[in-house]
Amino acid sequence: MLLATVDYAEEWWIQVIKAIIIFAIALQLVPVVLLAERKLLGRMQNRYGPNRVGPFGALQPLADILKLLTKEQFRPTTSVGVLFAVAPVISILTACAAFAIIPFGDTQNIFGTEVGLYGIDVSIGPLYLFACGAIAFYGIMLGGWSSGSKYSFLGSMRGAAQLISYEVSQGLALVGVIITAQTLSLTGIVHAQTGMWFFIPQVVGFLIFLVAGFAETNRAPFDLTEADAELVGGYNTEYGGGRFASYYFAEYLNVLVVAGVVATIFLGGWLLPFGIHPPGWVDPIVVLVKMGIVTFLFIWARATLPRLRYDQLMSFGWKVLLPLATLNALVTAIIVVATD
Amino acid sequence: MADTPHSPAPEQPPRDATGAAGPASEQPLDTRVPERLGEWRPAEDVIEVVRSPAPGASRGTWRTFRETARGLRTTFGQILAGPTTVQYPEEKVAVFPRFRGRHKLHRFEDSGLEKCVGCSLCAAACPADCIRVVAAENTPQDRVSAGERYAAVYEINLAQCIFCGYCEAACPFDAITMGHDYELSDYDREDLIFTKEMLLAEAIERAPLRNEDE
Repeated sequence: MLLATVDYAEEWWIQVIKAIIIFAIALQLVPVVLLAERKLLGRMQNRYGPNRVGPFGALQPLADILKLLTKEQFRPTTSVGVLFAVAPVISILTACAAFAIIPFGDTQNIFGTEVGLYGIDVSIGPLYLFACGAIAFYGIMLGGWSSGSKYSFLGSMRGAAQLISYEVSQGLALVGVIITAQTLSLTGIVHAQTGMWFFIPQVVGFLIFLVAGFAETNRAPFDLTEADAELVGGYNTEYGGGRFASYYFAEYLNVLVVAGVVATIFLGGWLLPFGIHPPGWVDPIVVLVKMGIVTFLFIWARATLPRLRYDQLMSFGWKVLLPLATLNALVTAIIVVATD
Repeated sequence: MADTPHSPAPEQPPRDATGAAGPASEQPLDTRVPERLGEWRPAEDVIEVVRSPAPGASRGTWRTFRETARGLRTTFGQILAGPTTVQYPEEKVAVFPRFRGRHKLHRFEDSGLEKCVGCSLCAAACPADCIRVVAAENTPQDRVSAGERYAAVYEINLAQCIFCGYCEAACPFDAITMGHDYELSDYDREDLIFTKEMLLAEAIERAPLRNEDE
């Protein structure tokens, strides 16, 4: 049985090079987002943010990462060793894997070879994404459980309930887009937005996906998993050094993945409005700028909204987002069938 | 978003000996408000009422949405308002004219003689006991102060000083005053004992003075 097809496959060596490039880009983007977040949060709170390390504090993330990586690795005596070490690896691995399907441009002719500016273009794009998200949940769950600490365990339990609740709405929010675009391939969805970005007809889906995205990445106002004030950091309380850095890295990479998916699915990917067709090398820049805008929304929401109470989180997910997402999918389906 | 109000748990109404409040009882629940409990209604804290955001479902949802947007506008506005941070080592906070910083000893401007006559009133007034004065007689050959005697040793241990300004108030000749310098940390306790020469020397005014209207 054929589960999924890859629409455009290249030679194996091109795939290897692309994998390295994508990993390198992800690795470079995370410190940028980290710094941008701290700077913007600072500005929104009438302060400068980090501005001492390097010009305008630009080397602050580097200093942070160096500090973390040079720290001693230790674990509590109550922890489960192997899982404790594996959990952050799962988190970072799934985040990187999810990054692979975000298209940064159409197929380009580079030195006489046709290369797609994405890791893979699978025919099950969003499903692959949710699969990665579902596995990433094990990273948090195992990390919290194997720490052998109450706070970590509480954090990961909250995370489990939260991720499962909001994944449903997140998936349903995309159904409207998929019905309209008639394809699951992310490049296909971008091509379907040539006339109008899905942001306009699917504005409800966009908002639901964004809000559910906040919850899926454990960001404020849905950061109950980490809840510094109550849980001392939640699932990663017992982590330090490089392992904590991996969790941190995965968290911000997940933000970038959600930003990339929103940019691809709702904001027209590499397309520009008003039918402007720039040369191919502009496409990745367009995608990165759109990702930056969505990331700004993440930071903005974090600076604005206080953390939800647990019952508020659950009732918002199940009683507001899920009915809205279902209704959105239903209305879209009716409109598509009626106008077909 | 559900919003359940948390009223303080009122005291349980006294149950009579027949067990009227028990679930097996045939008697209807007594819902009369006891006099001393005022507005308390028994059912309200038992049944959980999940309310939509006031006022009403649709308008309440709209209000929540609008309030969120207002919050977002506020935080964005703060970006435009700009930071209020004082970049400390480069930028210093201005002090008020009567700020009590590091002490200064003074000389007469015309004759150059020290104002301090070694009376030790400052040391007597000091609640932290951080001033040490050893007086000596002025001689015609070696005239240091304007009075009969002068301070041969005048030391202030700034590690003990509480900057209360009593020394300044006690001095009959205005020989010691509190300056504006507040950057006094050091690596060694011995370095915090300021001698007469250090206190007499023209202080490097590192702290800017606040204007009258600031």
